[in-house]
Amino acid sequence: MLNRRELLSHSAKVAALLATTGLLPQVAHAAYNAAAFEVKTMAELVKMLGGSAPTESKDVTITGPDIAENGAVVPVGVSTALPGVKRLLVLVEKNPNVMSAMFEVSDAVDANFSTRVKMGQSSNVYAVAMMGDGKVLFAQKEVKVTLGGCGG
Amino acid sequence: MADPMRIRAQMAGDKATVRVLMNHEMETGLRKDAAGKVIPAWFIQEVTAQLNGKPVLSAQWGMSVSKNPFLQFSIKGAKAGDKVAVNWKDNKGDTRTDEATVS
Repeated sequence: MLNRRELLSHSAKVAALLATTGLLPQVAHAAYNAAAFEVKTMAELVKMLGGSAPTESKDVTITGPDIAENGAVVPVGVSTALPGVKRLLVLVEKNPNVMSAMFEVSDAVDANFSTRVKMGQSSNVYAVAMMGDGKVLFAQKEVKVTLGGCGG
Repeated sequence: MADPMRIRAQMAGDKATVRVLMNHEMETGLRKDAAGKVIPAWFIQEVTAQLNGKPVLSAQWGMSVSKNPFLQFSIKGAKAGDKVAVNWKDNKGDTRTDEATVS
């Protein structure tokens, strides 16, 4: 039979263990989805993330340069004004792994994110919006790269 | 411990535009050094942000986000004087948190 001291110590240990697994809620996000970052195509990725087949949409926006001088640092922006979006993804079609970034859209932020990505070669870049109802919408833009960004 | 992030949070209407520049190598794990050995992957995987302690942003990144990552996003309902904290965690388990005040 555990006495109070042992019970508290045990709870603390279990909490510490749970914290390392990332299961304790800090922000409402899942543990790092390493498998999603190893997928090669948008279709596979969306299926893995539980969305339906992606369709192109004018309501999703991808911004980026027409020509990127340096493939190591390509500024891209993904956004949508549609309500009910859950996630916005940045994909680079010809990169070894297609997804660069995945943003969880909460009520507290605009569905509008900018970052910079590495592109190995000229490629289509996609903004993919995963909606709360399972629909998946995307926009694409071709970005030409004069100097590939993955080194070597 | 990594160098501090540079965070700028400025009001634009009723939202705060937050721009962050993080210090991180973001090694893909695909490069080789001069001797031909693969340089191990080392990159930020998780990024979160809070407004006055309340979570507002959560993102997962892969190795193709650029070195010294830049991030821009917009927080609704923020006001001048609010605190924005940004934290990241990389694939080695290192973490870093920095904070700025919305101006």
